[in-house]
Amino acid sequence: MPDFIAQWLDQNDIFTAMTIMEYWDGMVNTVQLVFLSLVIGLVFAIPLAILRTSKNPLVSGPVWIYTYLFRGTPLLIQLYIIYYGIAQIPGIQETFWWEIFREPFYPALLAFALNTCAYTTEIIRGAIVSTPHGEIEAAKAYGMNWWMRMRRIVLPSAARRAVQAYSNEVIFMLHSSAIASVVTIVDLTGAARNIYSRFYAPFEAFIFVALLYMALTFVLVFAFRKLENHLLRHQRPVGS
Amino acid sequence: MKKLIVAASCALAMAAGTVQAKDWKEIRLAFDVPYEPFEYRDENGELTGFEVELAEAMCEELKAECEFVIQAWDGMIPGLLARKYDAIFSSMSITEERAERVLFSDPYYITPGGWFARDGFSADVTSKEEMEGKTIGVQRGTTMDTHATEEFGGIATIKRYTTAEDMVLDLEGQRLDVVFVDYPVGEQTILSQEGFKEVGAPVKLGQGVAVAMRKRDKELANKVNAALKKLKNDGTYDAIMEKYFNYDIKI
Repeated sequence: MPDFIAQWLDQNDIFTAMTIMEYWDGMVNTVQLVFLSLVIGLVFAIPLAILRTSKNPLVSGPVWIYTYLFRGTPLLIQLYIIYYGIAQIPGIQETFWWEIFREPFYPALLAFALNTCAYTTEIIRGAIVSTPHGEIEAAKAYGMNWWMRMRRIVLPSAARRAVQAYSNEVIFMLHSSAIASVVTIVDLTGAARNIYSRFYAPFEAFIFVALLYMALTFVLVFAFRKLENHLLRHQRPVGS
Repeated sequence: MKKLIVAASCALAMAAGTVQAKDWKEIRLAFDVPYEPFEYRDENGELTGFEVELAEAMCEELKAECEFVIQAWDGMIPGLLARKYDAIFSSMSITEERAERVLFSDPYYITPGGWFARDGFSADVTSKEEMEGKTIGVQRGTTMDTHATEEFGGIATIKRYTTAEDMVLDLEGQRLDVVFVDYPVGEQTILSQEGFKEVGAPVKLGQGVAVAMRKRDKELANKVNAALKKLKNDGTYDAIMEKYFNYDIKI
């Protein structure tokens, strides 16, 4: 550790090596939870979005009900219902499921994944239905079947239209993950709350954690800008 | 002329203040009602409770006329500083932040922390070896949190909750082996249900609850301390305590 940091750490009561480690562990938990839930959410959102655009109400209806339920209720309530609800199922403690759901991590991951999947489904659905008719008609004129059309034309073009809205969803998910601390997960916010209550120093504890969230957001914004530049490079003026 | 009136009224107010502060034959005490069993109204609407009876005994000891003032909790310290009453007798725990603004007497009660678990729990909560690997629930930032972290940090898993209700739910759901919580809270929410028990003895933590007065009223504080000491020694305190509690809160 560089000397000036060590010196600075010596001068204050709150940011000792121990609390910095607590923040670090919190950051690891936050990143794990958010990353995994986003990956799971996105993987399930793509097929669900395709089903959601189906003209058959028996196919699109259930997906609509799912996205409506999870977008229509606060994530905190969903987390409470899943975390405490699972523990109330009679006899669950004797089954192997309890090994998974005893710890708060998996109930939280489940709640976050279901929530972000619902939003992502609607984002992708919006992008799919706004595919220009001309593109689809041209694909049909080439004799492409439904699957090939989806894979070659609709989904790539929808991805370009969805990426900006999706980058917002990713950042919202990062910030929403702050509620994981209410089910005893020591994420970034949980670490800040513990440190605040130990030192009665709300400003230091929470401003520091806000800066950490901002740093994570910056990384996300930067990554999405790169991705947008890559996906939308055909829209740039020639020569730039 | 205006200045003169202001100056005169200031002088008058100061004079009145000093006269009032001299003998302490009349003391106004503030309570936040209801906070059972410390202060509440009985079925006849009379103010009663552990702190009310203790305050009455203290006033008798001081040979002072006591007036009881009802004050909501969030305006408690401002009301004291604004001279609406002379002392707060309303379960105010001693903290460093409060001690910067008010003068605390010696503590007169302390609610212990209690260990509660499901019926099957058998480990000794004072033994580091037996608590190894257990999951302990505490409320974040409480004296119980500090105590559990000091005793079992790194040995047992300590989970911190914002509210006692969430913690009790996780004890019921078997996510926690044992909880360490304010004894009255545990008694009301955990012991009142089937299948739970108290493990180990209640532990007295923190600095306790004391009478809060204005910083300048040192003389009143001395009188209050002397009276409380006498009540604690002559059995009056114990008699009142036993009326309201079946566990020891004396400090």
